[in-house]
Amino acid sequence: MRITQGTFSYLPELTDDEITKQIAYALDQGWPCSVEFTDDPHPRNAYWDMWGLPMFDLADPAGVLYEVKECRKAYPNHYVRLNAYDAHYGRQTTALQFIVQRPPVEPGFRLDREETSDRRIRYTLHSYATDRPEGERYGDAR
Amino acid sequence: MSSGRWSAGVIPYAEMGYWKPDYEPKDSDVLAAFRITPQPGVPPEEAGAAVAGESSTATWTVVWTDRLTSYENYQAKCYRVEPVPGQENQFIAYIAYDLDLFEEGSIANLTSSIIGNVFGFKALKALRLEDMRIPTHYVKTFQGPAHGIVMEREYLGKFGRPLLGATVKPKLGLSARNYGRVVYEALRGGLDFTKDDENINSQPFMRWRDRFLYCMEGVNRAQAATGEVKGHYLNVTAATMEDMYERAEFAKDLGSVIVMIDLTIGYTAIQSMAKWARRNGMILHLHRAGHSTYTRQKNHGVNFRVIAKWMRLAGVDHIHAGTVVGKLEGDPNSVRGYYDTLRLDHVAADPVKGLYFDQDWASLPGCMPVASGGIHAGQMHQLLHYLGEDSILQFGGGTIGHPMGIAAGATANRVALEAMIKARNEGRDYLAEGSDILRAAAKNSRELDIALSTWGDITFTYESTDTPDVVETPVSV
Repeated sequence: MRITQGTFSYLPELTDDEITKQIAYALDQGWPCSVEFTDDPHPRNAYWDMWGLPMFDLADPAGVLYEVKECRKAYPNHYVRLNAYDAHYGRQTTALQFIVQRPPVEPGFRLDREETSDRRIRYTLHSYATDRPEGERYGDAR
Repeated sequence: MSSGRWSAGVIPYAEMGYWKPDYEPKDSDVLAAFRITPQPGVPPEEAGAAVAGESSTATWTVVWTDRLTSYENYQAKCYRVEPVPGQENQFIAYIAYDLDLFEEGSIANLTSSIIGNVFGFKALKALRLEDMRIPTHYVKTFQGPAHGIVMEREYLGKFGRPLLGATVKPKLGLSARNYGRVVYEALRGGLDFTKDDENINSQPFMRWRDRFLYCMEGVNRAQAATGEVKGHYLNVTAATMEDMYERAEFAKDLGSVIVMIDLTIGYTAIQSMAKWARRNGMILHLHRAGHSTYTRQKNHGVNFRVIAKWMRLAGVDHIHAGTVVGKLEGDPNSVRGYYDTLRLDHVAADPVKGLYFDQDWASLPGCMPVASGGIHAGQMHQLLHYLGEDSILQFGGGTIGHPMGIAAGATANRVALEAMIKARNEGRDYLAEGSDILRAAAKNSRELDIALSTWGDITFTYESTDTPDVVETPVSV
């Protein structure tokens, strides 16, 4: 399967040049960038691990791309995403967020159904990746 | 004050204190701009004063009981009347209302005053409420959107692009099981939301409870297939509040992220549902069913920008606000005015957009405007240009009518959207190059390719009925 979270998931994978253009756009808007990674892409997993702090004072897109590459190197089989954050008054939230690396095989999700009364069903999304202990989910020796 | 003011009988409204050209509106006043079309022989100032009077304290004759009150405070004051450029015998009357005239946090009370009786007044041929300035003192007595744009995006985990939706079609006749199939296909194909139509409530062919059950099966299956949060606007519109609460509670129990209501349920019911939605963590979608009966004609009724303001105060998270390019009424400048009114924290007066007053929202959350009705993937550049990023683009026929199937239709829309956002962020002139951007994206997406060849040339080019009246600004040479 292919997880379709993020601003760009229905296009061919962005090249590093294309990623750099998106970073440049974000920095032009005054949005600092940050890099995050995870081995549990459940849609309710809001807190992917942070690859360092948001790069508040970094104005050079190449510097941000460097951190993307370093994160990929350290976690070659994790999901990695790039965030741009808008701290403006009245906004103060993520402005752009897209996946810049996927594991070679995306195991996806199982839908568990608990059948209750009156035809009601309680649904739970089970992330197959979490069947294995953290750190071993995609074969990384973290 | 002339002694004649209190003589029994009928005297002009202007002489009763409702025409005050020297009045300076207070920061705390509620202001209204009315388009008035007086009957022959009625001077515009008198007509404006009559509107002020009939929407506040006055009755048709002098009453001595006024003298038991500090009536100057309660009288609305018409403080300015201007001819409408390019329109014969139409005027904009500006009227100020003291804050004390209104109950805190009540759209019903506000509207009973401002549009209560006055629209049937015989001395006017026609009357239209064009805009209102709600003072922050009054804004702060309303809850406002149950979640607002920022919270909705964080809740859904969706950033940096408009959201995509589709209304399940056909509107009427699908069984609950077949209906849920459309939900599943559209969501797994790439839409964020699907939607009940305004008239899907609980009819003989599909009762609400069955629909909710099958829709949530579709939503959850699609979440598992994509790893994204998905939603279906479950329409809880019903005959009574008790019925609506029952349906909303059931939607919550099933794990839906969103419920939906129609404008036809009335302002008080909308405010009740907004409070319920915030209390229960459910996004609240509003379909503006019925609004065109009073928003469309230029000389009579209530402009949609006023409805948009009232609905942001009332507390809905989503509201249909026009597409510009689709099949339904919507002049580009007016629509931009509605979108600004719904989304911005400070909206500056701008006659080009039909905005008569500055409006401060004092951190009341923004509403997500929804564009729905006759739009398709081939218009993506125009939609992004006119409607911006914080919007929901709903492609009903433009998803479900795709020759390769519903999921393919959804994918086509999502590919088109992402390609357009990517191009915009890369600094391309996406409005001018829109067709090229879409054609290039279609090389990697057969779904989009087919969508473009099916609908690429469809446009709805009719003159708008409701447009702002502005004087052309002379260009200085």
